[in-house]
Amino acid sequence: MGGYIIKRLISAIPVLLGITIIVFLIMSLIPGDPATAILGSYATPENVEKLNRDLGLDKPMVQRYVIWLGNMLTGDLGRSFSLNRPVLDEILERFNATMILAGTAFVLCALLGILAGVVSAARQYGLGDKAITFVVLVGISVPSFFLGMMMILLFAVNLRWLPVSGMYAIYGGGDLPDLLKHLIMPALALAAVATGVIARLSRSAMLEVLRQDYIRTARAKGVPERRVIMGHALRAAMVSIIPVLGIQAGFVLSGAVYIEIVFQWPGVGRMLVDAILKRDLLLVQGGVVFVAACYVLFNIAVDVAQSLLDPRIKT
Amino acid sequence: MTPLSWSRRGLMAAVGAALVAGGLSGSASAQTPPGVLIVGQIAEPKSLDPAAVTAVNDFRILVNVYEGLTRYKSGTLEVEPALATGWDISEDGTEYTFKLREGVSFHDGTPFNAEAVKFNFDRMLDENHPFHDTGPFPLSFFFGAVEKTEAVDDMTVKFTLNAPYAPFLSNLAYPTGLMVSPAAVEAHGKEFGRNPSGTGPFKFAEWRSNEAVVVERNDAYWGEVAGTQAVVFRPITDANTRVAEMLAGGIDMMVEVPPTSLGQFQGDGFSVAEQAGPHVWFLILNAKEGPFADKRVRQAANYAINKEAIVNDVLEGTATVAAGPTPPAFAWAYNEALDPYPYDPEKANALIAEAGAEGAELTFFVTEGGSGMLDPVPMGTAIQADLQAVGLNVKIETYEWNTFLGEVNPGLEGKADMAEMAWMTNDPDTLPYLALRSEAWPDKGGFNSGYYANPKVDELLEAARTATDQDERARLYREMQTIVQEDAPWVFVANWKQNAVTSDRVENFGLEPSFLLHLQGVVKN
Repeated sequence: MGGYIIKRLISAIPVLLGITIIVFLIMSLIPGDPATAILGSYATPENVEKLNRDLGLDKPMVQRYVIWLGNMLTGDLGRSFSLNRPVLDEILERFNATMILAGTAFVLCALLGILAGVVSAARQYGLGDKAITFVVLVGISVPSFFLGMMMILLFAVNLRWLPVSGMYAIYGGGDLPDLLKHLIMPALALAAVATGVIARLSRSAMLEVLRQDYIRTARAKGVPERRVIMGHALRAAMVSIIPVLGIQAGFVLSGAVYIEIVFQWPGVGRMLVDAILKRDLLLVQGGVVFVAACYVLFNIAVDVAQSLLDPRIKT
Repeated sequence: MTPLSWSRRGLMAAVGAALVAGGLSGSASAQTPPGVLIVGQIAEPKSLDPAAVTAVNDFRILVNVYEGLTRYKSGTLEVEPALATGWDISEDGTEYTFKLREGVSFHDGTPFNAEAVKFNFDRMLDENHPFHDTGPFPLSFFFGAVEKTEAVDDMTVKFTLNAPYAPFLSNLAYPTGLMVSPAAVEAHGKEFGRNPSGTGPFKFAEWRSNEAVVVERNDAYWGEVAGTQAVVFRPITDANTRVAEMLAGGIDMMVEVPPTSLGQFQGDGFSVAEQAGPHVWFLILNAKEGPFADKRVRQAANYAINKEAIVNDVLEGTATVAAGPTPPAFAWAYNEALDPYPYDPEKANALIAEAGAEGAELTFFVTEGGSGMLDPVPMGTAIQADLQAVGLNVKIETYEWNTFLGEVNPGLEGKADMAEMAWMTNDPDTLPYLALRSEAWPDKGGFNSGYYANPKVDELLEAARTATDQDERARLYREMQTIVQEDAPWVFVANWKQNAVTSDRVENFGLEPSFLLHLQGVVKN
């Protein structure tokens, strides 16, 4: 097992290196440069040139890439010029917020999705199955940012039960209840689509397993239905559900971008959007590489989990 | 464990969670505390170092924490003393000597004096200054004319300019000229922008990244102390969310309300403030080549576009029709005698026929957004339709703002016949000097992207820049406006009115023509 993990980690290195090249190229090649973004209306060629020199952007592209990569290997992601602080400080602070949001949403969508799928499969074509299938379809179809805005209008503006946006109250907040109050709406909005996808796949995975002979045998032996479903069937179905969870984790992480904007959650997604608009090269590059690295590591973790669950997967 | 009970749980999960939250929020209501004003801003500030920032969003915080030698008299764009009590200008207009206000201290306790002023300008302008590396200072060219700054005595400071430069006094009132504490810069270096110290009515308290910047009342302020204990600036980048926060009572004041949302604040509980400012929204016309090289076609475009419809229908009354290149907010320099080009498609048709430009194909650069650009895509399509109606075939090319600037600023030649543009400035000199002189063509480092040239306009603008007498400058600017309107290098479209909404717990608030947000006198109940 240890050897398998190390092998997977080594294979992640070229992936990450490729990501650094792609993100660097994209940021260098998109039209519009940081100096123009900073100067706005005052971006005369002369001012742009001076500012680019001050920002160290007048060097050739390859040289800038090598400097950036070299610094990154020593843990220095540079300084964001749109926020005027070290990129790494900003990312870590923001990543914490994103993990709280995306982590909650992921737990929600995994629990609710699998639960809904199991219930649906246990009573295929029953009333419960139909109701769940309908809700799941709605969940998949409604864009999360729209769902978020509707939730804000209902629960924050009209009913005034929950705060509109942010992560903590500006005054008198900062504790766990305050965080939960701010977290409920964005986490649910973010979890909605993934819950639907996981529910559908769990349902079909469960149905597949429930048709197997050993389930019939278990039932024939008089094993209680609940144990057949939760013990025998679900365990086997998890082998095909877990990779879907891994993929959905990626979707939840990228979906967080919209949700963070709608709910003004101070996370990495909102940071990246702002940074792109301001052409804050180092912040975008650092942020994308950081998120990509997390995603790659998460996928390795999923694969490892799967191999633990299913002895047929060679390690 | 029937399926029905499961599904009910599934269905009710969201509602249940919301109900729990409702219970939680019972203790801490959405009401903001009295004496603390919470302002919804459009973005996270870059820095609180006035010399390092360029965005109006950041200026809104800075002018409450810092002060300059001069400031804009309330309700106008005229300059009055602030940290300086008075000044003398030499005969030739190249030496400005300021008497400084006595007994003023920075928030860190160090005194404000001539050495502090000298430190501020040297830091920005002198590449060898030990703290020049706390930059870059993108707008330092506002003071590009300053050759040297001297402390004559403790309370007197003298600036020597390399040439007469009349906008100097109003540039000192611009946020780039706000005075920072030298001791704080020395203590914090590059981190000064997050540890600001000025002389203003509010002092910096806390900056929680992406959540809030908090400033507190400066009880040792030399003037009248502020009306609130604290002001919290919250960055809320999404306009819909900002509106929702205002409606839900999470903020007490919001700026830049989208025109379509203004209706939601017309009822009780809110008041809407509006203020015209030094903004002009126009179309740059390519006077070098194509149909717009002919003045008659440029005038025809001014007649053909229904500007009333744009400001009333597209912008929902948040702007007024522009008459010429200078916004009316510069009351002292504005030519009241100018009337906007009326909407007259027939006259436009006649002028186009006279010039033989019927059915001309035009390329029109439109931006998706950008500072001061208002609602550029709907405005662009309205303009396209109006020009189509007089037989000009307009093809729109849309660009993201930074890309757009990269296309337009180097000049329209060979690429486009017209482009949207908007400017907000602090002096009537800035925009025409940078965008209408023949010396300001893009290849000479200016913004005259449509290649307009009129020697008389060049002469008037040079003279207005070097005249130190304000009445004389006003006369020159008025004459320039008449000529430029007639020559029609641009289509003059709109002057934006800035808006803000406050809750009924906020008193004594008004917007300024400078678009800066002065909160000193505001009271929050």
